[in-house]
Amino acid sequence: MTTKTLSHLDWLEAEAIHIMREVAGQCERPVLLFSGGKDSICMLRIAEKAFRPGKFPFPLLHIDTGHNYREVVEFRDRRAAELGERLIVRSVEDSMRRGTVVLKTPDESRNKHQAVTLLEAIAEFEFDCCIGGARRDEEKARAKERVMSFRDEFGQWDPKNQRPELWSLYNARVHRGENIRAFPISNWTEMDVWQYIEREKLELPSIYFAHQRPVVMRGGAIMPVNVTLAGGEVLNQPRAGEAVLDMQVRFRTVGDIPCTAPVPSDADSVEKIVLETASTTITERGATRLDDQTSEASMEQRKKEGYF
Amino acid sequence: MNTPEHLPDTGLLRFMTCGSVDDGKSTLIGRLLYDTKAILVDTLSAIEKTSRKRGMEAVDLSLLTDGLQAEREQGITIDVAYRYFSTGTRKYIIADAPGHEQYTRNMVTAASTANLAIILIDARRGVLTQTRRHSYLAHLVNIPHIVVAVNKMDLIDHDPARFDAIVAEYKGFVEKMGLFGEGRDIRFIPMSALNGDNIVERSEAMDWYQGPTLLELLERVPAGHGRTEAFRFPVQFVCRPQDSANPELHDYRGFQGRIESGTVRAGDLLTALPNGRESRVKAVQIGGVAVAEGVPEQSVTILLEDEIDISRGDMLVKAAEAPRQQKEIEAMLCWLSETPLSPARTYLIRHTTRTTKAKLTGVAFKVDVNSQAHVDATQLGMNDIARVGFKLAQPVFADAYAENRATGAFIVIDESNNNTVGAGMLL
Repeated sequence: MTTKTLSHLDWLEAEAIHIMREVAGQCERPVLLFSGGKDSICMLRIAEKAFRPGKFPFPLLHIDTGHNYREVVEFRDRRAAELGERLIVRSVEDSMRRGTVVLKTPDESRNKHQAVTLLEAIAEFEFDCCIGGARRDEEKARAKERVMSFRDEFGQWDPKNQRPELWSLYNARVHRGENIRAFPISNWTEMDVWQYIEREKLELPSIYFAHQRPVVMRGGAIMPVNVTLAGGEVLNQPRAGEAVLDMQVRFRTVGDIPCTAPVPSDADSVEKIVLETASTTITERGATRLDDQTSEASMEQRKKEGYF
Repeated sequence: MNTPEHLPDTGLLRFMTCGSVDDGKSTLIGRLLYDTKAILVDTLSAIEKTSRKRGMEAVDLSLLTDGLQAEREQGITIDVAYRYFSTGTRKYIIADAPGHEQYTRNMVTAASTANLAIILIDARRGVLTQTRRHSYLAHLVNIPHIVVAVNKMDLIDHDPARFDAIVAEYKGFVEKMGLFGEGRDIRFIPMSALNGDNIVERSEAMDWYQGPTLLELLERVPAGHGRTEAFRFPVQFVCRPQDSANPELHDYRGFQGRIESGTVRAGDLLTALPNGRESRVKAVQIGGVAVAEGVPEQSVTILLEDEIDISRGDMLVKAAEAPRQQKEIEAMLCWLSETPLSPARTYLIRHTTRTTKAKLTGVAFKVDVNSQAHVDATQLGMNDIARVGFKLAQPVFADAYAENRATGAFIVIDESNNNTVGAGMLL
């Protein structure tokens, strides 16, 4: 009887490495989704542990809404360069120019439209598997997601007809045109992610740490205003009658600017964020993702349409 | 959730809950999550809102586990849901599977990764057909630790005599059916999930019970799966950097995989299957960095002294404790697909990292999951469990499932749609 037991982080890491290697072993043209966000930063470290001293057996892909924080975009490019791995960026704005993404209003969140651009990238590069950093603890519909989740030719998820997934025998087989979404950190929680970042001393974009920022209160959430994008454009102008406050905040999750709200915080280090995460009373998405609050089933609906 | 730094980390435990909403299963899970502070305020207020909308007075904790739109509409659970909580010393993953007969496949799915099963019994009703079914499935999938939770004790006045009678009845049934062979750990806890008695907090109403609460028991159970010490390393991927700029990496050949059982250190003599060639371990690495020893469930890279042709699907083992090499297998099979198992068709079988074509050679009998009786059968439909034989195109390197879950389990894949249609456990 072996007595040595892995710590919970070691176990989660080992499972994630195993899943990435299954993708590498079973799929012909996989790709790793990398946004510069904290979950995908963990994914890069896992990929290093899985495949170094070799190169990653897949390129990195970012679906850029064009409305991402400058700090995150810069971090994304720098990290990919440091690792010496290939980064592919495909942009929702290109899809808008092609006419495949049509916004209802110019300031609408582009978050859900990433699905269209992702499907276009999958078709362009003939990817048969996209590895993503989604976690089951994020949202109800995700709690029932497989580690290897099958998507049909239209990129659709059929929650009632998922492949059974037993032991750690993952089935990533697809026919041409279909694809798999693989989630190596399915079993991680927000706390696990922060503990892993702390243990591995992973670098993060600065907006994850407490900083001063002009915001307004809008619909019960903190909305950052006057955000300067990498191209110089200024996003989220305050509306008439809104009072602009200078507030100390940090982001728990990083996404499309118009739908990602920060939380008030003075946590300026990973250690402090771990402590804050341990004592928080609001879920990650509940606090910060405005797009999940439209209806109880909104994540499930987006996933059915090809979203991650 | 506690801050983790000052407490020892006793690893991660995966467990499943067997029972129906009527037994208070969702309430039990809700109670565990709530008392360990894994449910946050906004989630709670969302389910409060839904409970009110449905005209319920109390908060329905079962809403926590109903994830999908169809499930919410129909008020039933369709699929396995995974939930997480942590005590600061240990992290837990709960696999919550619906308990109905037609969802045998979900129970088997949830059981496949569980190290412990909580079997719920309603204290008013005792051992029922579904208790037998859940116990049989937990036995079949070889879950090492069983907790029989005798729930709703508050509705029978916390009567110790009734509890003892249920324990005796359950033990009698298990013995008669030959379930849970020697060494299997079975515990009984009287509880009230509704009141939180003996879940996290000790029950004042049942001071006659001196054993551990559910959470105390979960905290103590060994987290590892391993019963066997035999070294098993299915190769997932071969790392060959072939970096011409770096002469050190020119000959680098790393065999990457997860240690399913046993341990490995530099200097160990390994045998590669199927080719049978031997070599000593030069190094065990994670991410290119050497580690002193590779332990079970750890994903590592193994470097060998000699150049041996090894690829995905091969297995590294130690010669003195080699697995069986078989091209004909006998197994208990759970059929997962709406399309029946066909004796005429060729299927794919995935065993560890190996995939091979397979053909059914026969069905010995089908098991009635409610009575555990053996029934004659030639065909298998969804949720059927049967003893079957397969003939394989390539050999697998296997152990009996009872000895080693990782090298004893396989899945059956239908090549026409690539669906996973069967789950097998080698005899």
